[in-house]
Amino acid sequence: MKKRKRSEFLFFAFRNNKLRVGLSIVLFFLVVAVVGPFLTDNEPLEYANPGGAEPPSAEYWFGTTSFGQDVFSQFAYGLRATFLVGALGGGIATLLGVVIGFSAGYRGGLVDEALNMLTNIVLVIPTLAVLLIISAYLEVRGIVMESVFIGCTAWPWAARAIRAQTFSLRSRDFVDLAKLSGKRSWKIIFTEIAPNMMSYLLLVFILQFGGATLNAATLDFIGLGPTTGISLGLMMNYAVLWGALLLDIWWWFVPPGLAITAIVGALYVTNVGLDEVFNPKLREM
Amino acid sequence: MLKLEGVSKAYRVGTFGGKELHAVRDVTFDVGDGEVVSLIGESGSGKTTIGKMILKLVSITGGSVFFNGVDVSTLEGGALKEYYRTVQGVFQDPFSTYNPIFKADRIFAMVRDEFYPEVKTAEWASKVDASLRSVGLNPPDVLGKFPHQLSGGQLQRFLIARALLLDTQFLVADEIISMLDASRRIDVLNLLADLKSGGLSILFITHDLSLAYYISDRAVILYRGRVVEMGSTDKLYYNPQHPYTRMLMATVPRLDKKWEDVRVELRAQEVELGSGCCYYERCSPSLRRAGCALERPPLIEVDQDHLVACSPELHIGSG
Amino acid sequence: MSLRAENLRVYYQTLRGDVKALDGATFDIADGEIMGVAGESGCGKTTLAHSLVRLTPPLRYIEGRVTLDGEELPIADMKRMDGFRFRKISIVPQYAMNAMNPTRKIGKMTGELLASKGADIRELMPELRRRLDLVELAHAVLDMYPIELSGGMKQRMVMVLSALLNPSLLIADEITSALDVSTQKAVAEMLVEFRDRQFVKSMMIITHDLSILYQVADTIMIMYAGQLAEKASTKTIIGSPRHPYTKLLISSLPQVGVKVADVRLKGIPGTPPQLLDPPAGCRFRDRCSVAFDKCLEVPPFIEVARDHMVACWKEPGADA
Repeated sequence: MKKRKRSEFLFFAFRNNKLRVGLSIVLFFLVVAVVGPFLTDNEPLEYANPGGAEPPSAEYWFGTTSFGQDVFSQFAYGLRATFLVGALGGGIATLLGVVIGFSAGYRGGLVDEALNMLTNIVLVIPTLAVLLIISAYLEVRGIVMESVFIGCTAWPWAARAIRAQTFSLRSRDFVDLAKLSGKRSWKIIFTEIAPNMMSYLLLVFILQFGGATLNAATLDFIGLGPTTGISLGLMMNYAVLWGALLLDIWWWFVPPGLAITAIVGALYVTNVGLDEVFNPKLREM
Repeated sequence: MLKLEGVSKAYRVGTFGGKELHAVRDVTFDVGDGEVVSLIGESGSGKTTIGKMILKLVSITGGSVFFNGVDVSTLEGGALKEYYRTVQGVFQDPFSTYNPIFKADRIFAMVRDEFYPEVKTAEWASKVDASLRSVGLNPPDVLGKFPHQLSGGQLQRFLIARALLLDTQFLVADEIISMLDASRRIDVLNLLADLKSGGLSILFITHDLSLAYYISDRAVILYRGRVVEMGSTDKLYYNPQHPYTRMLMATVPRLDKKWEDVRVELRAQEVELGSGCCYYERCSPSLRRAGCALERPPLIEVDQDHLVACSPELHIGSG
Repeated sequence: MSLRAENLRVYYQTLRGDVKALDGATFDIADGEIMGVAGESGCGKTTLAHSLVRLTPPLRYIEGRVTLDGEELPIADMKRMDGFRFRKISIVPQYAMNAMNPTRKIGKMTGELLASKGADIRELMPELRRRLDLVELAHAVLDMYPIELSGGMKQRMVMVLSALLNPSLLIADEITSALDVSTQKAVAEMLVEFRDRQFVKSMMIITHDLSILYQVADTIMIMYAGQLAEKASTKTIIGSPRHPYTKLLISSLPQVGVKVADVRLKGIPGTPPQLLDPPAGCRFRDRCSVAFDKCLEVPPFIEVARDHMVACWKEPGADA
């Protein structure tokens, strides 16, 4: 009968509009990120067009920047970077949230107190200030550094939420039954509690992914991003820096801005849709 | 087989755990081999906490629990697992006892993984089969299903079958039939009676006096964490001595006679228990004695196998 | 006649179809009668209670007529029922004690509730105070928050509220289930007081606990799988039931004085049918020891003796 449950889930999943729309948008951009770079011969930072800023044309689909760089190329490579940061940063944040949340929620007592204190401290650290200090010391920053930084500062809310869920689940009778069957604590967490929270953990990851993407774009935009390579946020940074807004070079900043908004928005909408699928009470009858 | 001596449970509550909440205070009783003892109490009596302490799901903060002479609080790790081979529990809510995302049979697989890893699949299957049949379930009907596809009665029996897969000698049954339909309760109760004749000892935790009477040899009446009366079921029911027991007997709704016109003192918001008798606040003034508010009355024997925690002056002789 | 229901059918909407939760209920409650409604899970008693007072989705009205004091109750029309709720018909719902807004003082909540029904708490205050005395609640509870009261106290408070506007019929849905034995007795007896003092004309007490009904109800109606099985005076139902289900049910209840060593009580083998696609005819057919081929038709709920209704083909007169 497990088939019925799974197919019931898929039935709702495919019928849910928010899920379909959100997922489609994200997948679309993902495809562009993967395939896009192969569609263009130009490197993103290469000064390809001696004519400087030119609007979109047949040769340069998204036009060129003030330096004659292919905007589409930048866009495609930038999307890759954005997705990478989202996945890596979001992944790190989720992992930290899971480990800390489960430990605090299941053990309780002193462990819980200690982890709570840690969570609270990280929560109130002004990440921007810390990042400014770090960037002052590091001459070269890469995407991986950025992801790690975002991941290490974004986990507190996830840890809190997971801790709360674990708390409520661990006092359920089936955990007692597992203890009476001789199972050890860590085994109980992984085989009894975590599976019950799978849907929740998925939602957490999606939110972290979206949050990391947005975070990265923001940091890039204000110049605290990677010093090498290109990303959507960096595109917008350069665009504003070089007066694209004033000079009406819209094709430089509109595609990245729209893409970020669309991706992050789509992720949040997917989240809501998934929540409806998992939680029957939220479904529209 | 099982012996509780002065067992207490205190929880720390309030900010920084300043105050103490005593769920169980100084409880002493025992359960012999092949005996069914009912632990009777209303909400807040501590009966579930005692069950959980026996099962080591909750720590014991005072006194000791002895199982076949061994102090249960010393058991850890491997020894604890061996303990669970002989002592098991079944809880009140069948739908909460099963992890909802897995099939119901998983509880058998869990036992196999931890206790019988070397047993071959075919042998295990026939063991499970025999166990299910002995609790009155038809294996093809109940195997391979999710908890929400089975009824409460079937789920509770499943749990008993699980306990029988081990070498259970002692079963803690905490309100196991209160969530079942009336017409199915008696079947599970009869099952317990059959198991008892097979040598199983059972601690039957309940608030329902008629169920306790049906199935148990002896009973322990709890009020707010303390034992107020205990003894053989017949003596307790037909000659209750403690004011609380008498109140219970008078107020339980029966199908053979109407309620007596007995004035019942209702429970107001919980008053902190002082050092005196736990029932002092609700006891009728005519029964209160000078010492009742100051000192806890000890359990005194008013008859063979009949003890009451009440002022000795009220119980010179029995009846 | 205080309440009369004719062929009431209310189904429960689900994704997989309609669950026939209440399928053809016809019964009367006379003035001053306290009728107990008993049955196991899925018998339809809670559906019945909700249908009479608040028929909202997923409940769906199919057919049937309900009249209260001669006036038709527009149960299918939520808006029109507004005028009847609390004033003519009222319900103390299951888990009522958890239904009170924890952030509102009880007095304030009462005032708001009464105002929504067009009554003024100030006018009703003396009567409210009298009733609080009756249920042994201090007047000070009106100034308290729900969390300051015990379970029994909250239950009594909700009882007072539900009956404050003197409804003709008060429905009490499993109000004693979550209470201690001593509070159960007090609450059940208070219900009878309400009727004796004519705060309410008649009452429907819904519970799975037959022994409580034996203590306080005048008549008992037994339901099974959405259909009515039997209705008679309490004494008759407990002492000399006629429907096979009732007989088996009564004999499966443990009582003080009955020991397993002496008397082996028996349950009813099998389980109630699922109501998404119920079996044709009498729904107890599969578990009944005296079922025969006529049972494939739904037996009528008819009077087999004075004030004793049974739905069984085995009854003389059922074939008529």
